[in-house]
Amino acid sequence: MALSQVKNQESEMTSKKELPLWKQDGAVPFLRIENVTKKFGEFTAVDNVSLDIFENELFCLLGGSGSGKSTLLRMLAGFEEPTSGRILIDGVDMAGIEPWKRPVNMMFQSYALFPHLNVFENVAFGLKREGLPRSEVKERVMHMLELVQLGHLAKRKPNQLSGGQRQRVALARSLVKRPKLLLLDEPLGALDKKLREETQFELMNIQEELGVTFVVVTHDQEEAMTLATRIGVMNNGIVVQTDEPHDVYEYPTNKFVAEFIGSVNMFEGRVMEDEIDSVTIASKEAGCQLFVNHGINCSPDQKVHVAVRPEKITISGEKPQQTVNCAYGYVEDYAYMGNMSIYKVRLYSGKEVRVTQPNANRKSTERFTWDQEVYLSWDEESCVVLTA
Amino acid sequence: MNMKALTLPSSLVETLGRLTMRFNIFKGMKIGRATVISIPTFWLALFFFIPFVVVFKISLAESAIAIPPYTSLFEWDPEEWYLQIQMTFGNYLYIFEDALYVEAYWSSIKIAAVATFITLIVAFPMAYLIARADPQKRTLLLALVVLPFWTSFLLRVYAWMGLLKKNGVINEILMGLGITDQPLQMIQTDFAVYLGIVYTYLPFMILPLYTALEKMDLTLLEAAEDLGARPYQSFFLVTLPLAVPGIIAGCLLVFIPAVGEFVIPALLGASDTLMIGRVLWDEFFLNRDWPMASAVAIVMLVLLVLPIMLVRNGQDNKEAN
Repeated sequence: MALSQVKNQESEMTSKKELPLWKQDGAVPFLRIENVTKKFGEFTAVDNVSLDIFENELFCLLGGSGSGKSTLLRMLAGFEEPTSGRILIDGVDMAGIEPWKRPVNMMFQSYALFPHLNVFENVAFGLKREGLPRSEVKERVMHMLELVQLGHLAKRKPNQLSGGQRQRVALARSLVKRPKLLLLDEPLGALDKKLREETQFELMNIQEELGVTFVVVTHDQEEAMTLATRIGVMNNGIVVQTDEPHDVYEYPTNKFVAEFIGSVNMFEGRVMEDEIDSVTIASKEAGCQLFVNHGINCSPDQKVHVAVRPEKITISGEKPQQTVNCAYGYVEDYAYMGNMSIYKVRLYSGKEVRVTQPNANRKSTERFTWDQEVYLSWDEESCVVLTA
Repeated sequence: MNMKALTLPSSLVETLGRLTMRFNIFKGMKIGRATVISIPTFWLALFFFIPFVVVFKISLAESAIAIPPYTSLFEWDPEEWYLQIQMTFGNYLYIFEDALYVEAYWSSIKIAAVATFITLIVAFPMAYLIARADPQKRTLLLALVVLPFWTSFLLRVYAWMGLLKKNGVINEILMGLGITDQPLQMIQTDFAVYLGIVYTYLPFMILPLYTALEKMDLTLLEAAEDLGARPYQSFFLVTLPLAVPGIIAGCLLVFIPAVGEFVIPALLGASDTLMIGRVLWDEFFLNRDWPMASAVAIVMLVLLVLPIMLVRNGQDNKEAN
């Protein structure tokens, strides 16, 4: 059984309601990015990216700096023209359409609030350009300010607002024109952690209430995980994986994604036995045979990596029953974090393995200390073989 | 015992050290601050306030054939212990009674205002281009703006005379190309005065405009476009309002010296180009009426200071809001 089949089986079991649009055959995407490439001179910022994003999605483009995610967003807004490829919004080719004519609004990373205008005027800016009657402008602006809970600050200038308030003004300003597609560039980047968490949920509520399609650019995987319906992970201008947050975390398709999202232990090894629905791998690094219950496309003796998340590993002082997926080492370092403990275990191959263990019981006997010899074991279902 | 013997003097030394340190720093700061503030204060007192008082004093005297050519305000008779104060406001009254002065003020302000406006129109695109140019090119372009200052102001005005006069460079080119057969009367016209002021004061307008435009966050323009503003709308709704502080600073820097300008109207203007600088010069050097000239100068100062203070207050209030 291939990896994708495992995934499908799982999601069919978990979601009893209607399938999301991106899983329906023949669903028409709201935003279609077709083989888009953007070059700045010799440098390729976005390299042949194709994405389909559907109505009411909250799609996150996740990547490090220089991964091309912001350039892609700017092409959607119309600030950059693709070198090649097409962008279709609601079926309309955006080539040559200027930013002020696109059915798209953007929330800028720096918020880009007009410093000479007050909150009301900032939010009203876009509506006034449409030539709407004054009363309607006022009504819609005030409604939007109420939605982001800033009605009482309408007369303030941006420099008299806190970071969180500015962020909400920027959000209101980009939503008030009722765009079909809202682009958000690192929307929560400038906020402190607590405010960020609050705003994340607020953003999701607003998205549900207004039914706008969101494309969010972020470098913060936690943000992407909480917000997104689907995540597109970008690296060096390429979208390396597009999946739902759960799948991106549990079933990364390559080393980059596995390492970029969350922390992971990576064991190098060679394929010993390759069955249809399982692989056995010999790994010197792990010091044991690794058994994974999904098939891969590989040649015999091929070098592969097995990824195991720290929380999937069980740490134990006694030798477990299983013979595969069981490594042996000693505790090099550990940290008690309250809700969980983090262990750094050094295997005898020299490999360092990170293990997290929830502190489910107050008086856990299963606590280990420096230099204690421990066995690490994990389930055949909890690891992923990566060929790329 | 031993310990105590050791600690006592050391702590004493320490306390003393601390005291002197604190004392010194305190004192040093005071002297430093006083020095820093006193230099400009002294400068302004010596070269601005005292001359101003002297001029004001002269403006209250009467013209006399004497050296200096005005009556003194205070006369002290040491034998009688008798102090006589004699001052007149006649000079000020005269300024407002005689149409010449009122007209000269009006004409100066008008010429300066029009010239300032033209300078703004010319300078804005230049400042805009410099502010949006590559950072490496910016320095060069700014250097070019300031470059004319390497030549004396007076020489540059003379150079304009050479260009504008009847058999000057411009007229010869125009006639050579057959555009006109008669030389154009350019020198000794109001046109030449405007040209001279705009040319001379252009850098004073460009630099503050540049500073204001360069500071601007360019994503604001993208935000405006994103919200449906065409480029010309973005300019009038975002760029221009954000350049207002630069526009005000530049206009003041051009308008104030232009009102009192003497050299440009004298060299490039017609004999009937009435500007207060020339009236002042004539009063002073031709009529040798120092009190009248002083009164003219004081009135000009008041005329200029009041609107500037109003503008500044307005700006401060705006910022406070």
